[in-house]
Amino acid sequence: MKLEQLEATVAQVRRDIVRMVHGCQSGHPGGSLGCADLVTALYFHEMKMDESRGADGYLNFSREGRGEDLFFLSNGHISPLFYSVLARRGYFDIKEMATFRKINSRLQGHPATHEHLPGIRIASGSLGQGLSVAAGAAHAKKLRGEDTTVFVLMGDGEQQEGQIWEAAQFAPHYKLDNLIAIVDWNKQQIDGPTDKVMDNRDIKAKYEAFGWVTVDLADGNNMQQVLDAIAAAKALKGKGQPIVILMKSEMGAGVDFMMHTHKWHGTAPNDEQLATALAQLPETLGDY
Amino acid sequence: MKKYTFSEKKDTRSGFGAGMAELGKTHPNVMALCADLVASLKLDPFIKENPERFVQCGISEANMIGVAAGLAIAGYVPYATTFANFGSGRVYDQIRQSVAYSGSNVKIAVSHAGLTLGEDGATHQILEDLAMMRAMPEMTVINPCDYNQTKAATIALADHVGPAYLRFGRPVVPVFTDPNQEFVIGKAWVVNEGKDVSIFATGHLVWESILAGEILEKEGIDAEIINIHTIKPLDEAAILASVAKTGCAVTAEEHQLNGGLGDAVCQLLSRNKPAPVEMVGVNNSFGESGTPAQLMEKYGLNAAAIVEKVKAVLKRK
Repeated sequence: MKLEQLEATVAQVRRDIVRMVHGCQSGHPGGSLGCADLVTALYFHEMKMDESRGADGYLNFSREGRGEDLFFLSNGHISPLFYSVLARRGYFDIKEMATFRKINSRLQGHPATHEHLPGIRIASGSLGQGLSVAAGAAHAKKLRGEDTTVFVLMGDGEQQEGQIWEAAQFAPHYKLDNLIAIVDWNKQQIDGPTDKVMDNRDIKAKYEAFGWVTVDLADGNNMQQVLDAIAAAKALKGKGQPIVILMKSEMGAGVDFMMHTHKWHGTAPNDEQLATALAQLPETLGDY
Repeated sequence: MKKYTFSEKKDTRSGFGAGMAELGKTHPNVMALCADLVASLKLDPFIKENPERFVQCGISEANMIGVAAGLAIAGYVPYATTFANFGSGRVYDQIRQSVAYSGSNVKIAVSHAGLTLGEDGATHQILEDLAMMRAMPEMTVINPCDYNQTKAATIALADHVGPAYLRFGRPVVPVFTDPNQEFVIGKAWVVNEGKDVSIFATGHLVWESILAGEILEKEGIDAEIINIHTIKPLDEAAILASVAKTGCAVTAEEHQLNGGLGDAVCQLLSRNKPAPVEMVGVNNSFGESGTPAQLMEKYGLNAAAIVEKVKAVLKRK
């Protein structure tokens, strides 16, 4: 997909995020907006996926994903982003976004396989688990000799979980050079700035010390830079080390009053705030 | 009383190792993971024959559960192994989210459960794991009683799609079940038919129940002994049918009274057929160091304790 199309898509994804969170007055808009460019780029430009469709017109989905690139969302609270991208990509009806976080929905508060929503391979939300799962899947794909990539997105606050560093030592030990992790380094978490809540210090140096090769992404809300960083990461595949993209992003990106603060990590906009936000986000593909 | 004998004693964990060795030959998708306890889990034969299907995870149990989930998503059948303490409470949330809630086909296979771990003491003697795993939706929970049954359960789980917790132990115990048994998950085994009292036993307490049955027989008490190797799903029909005949029950497990087999049986009976029940298990306490036999005696988990509970429950009929 061309840059302009990707940018148009991500604009619509941002509208979807804000509208979903407003619709149920619950959810996490900040990180969803901040990671919108990256996840859109992965699904609409980068990932090798089964493009066949079923009788219902939607993309076929197998949880195993043999021969496909896989994406795992470890910071599951940014589920509105995940759901918007999956729906816009063709896994299910975009109208289903209206059910987000409501009773009897497949779009649970945090991503789940339990309701069989196409596109979801693992439940997430309890933080720190996705890197391990992605490492297991990457190990399996190496055993099978697949030329595929396993992507996993984590938060920077999530880097405070001990399990992350168990997985961080596992992946280089098994030379999982088909694994590309992304850390959303927005320096905000629910209780405040990350360096105030629990200083992560130099995440890049930590990963390097654990045996990863790192890629810097200076502006994760610039689509061209996102594409360049993913390309750089892919070029490092197959060299015996797992790869991590350190993505500087802005929590709330695209909505001015949601940026430069942790306040919108997990807060829903009211009607007036929604209108202000949507005025900044062009409806490019048609609202759900 | 049906006569049971044994010619040798073996540890149930060796039954697990033998089952894994068998699966290595028959099931190309079966993998083994371990958190730095390969010798304790008896995995050497599997690893020797299938080095590429073994994943040493180091002392990182939380990561091991996640890696297992990832392998399962990609179509493998991973057995994640460690001591029961580190494969249950330590990683409860990882099992809950990445395995059970996600419906990942992961087998958590754990050794050194309960007091019979012995000298290492209470830090390692998990007595709450059945309660935790029973409470978790969609989890199958199995606690076999001897070497042969553990081997059979290990093999049966490979063809059972879904999360499972397989619990076994450290010490050598009598090998008394059929080496060629068919292990049916969720199907209780009637060890001995009787009419006076139902003894529902799991794990190491099954052999003790047989010894108790022999003692009771001499005193004119005809005990029905049923091996509940699958704690969940519980064989409700077998339990209800037995209590319909005997009118009372004793449960026996190497586990806390809270939340284990005893609670499961009581819940079933209270809903369907209230009857007096006495429970053999650890009563709201941690264990301590000692030999397995000393601990089982001190904490009331042997044949003598079962006999005592049978006599108590008979008075309540």
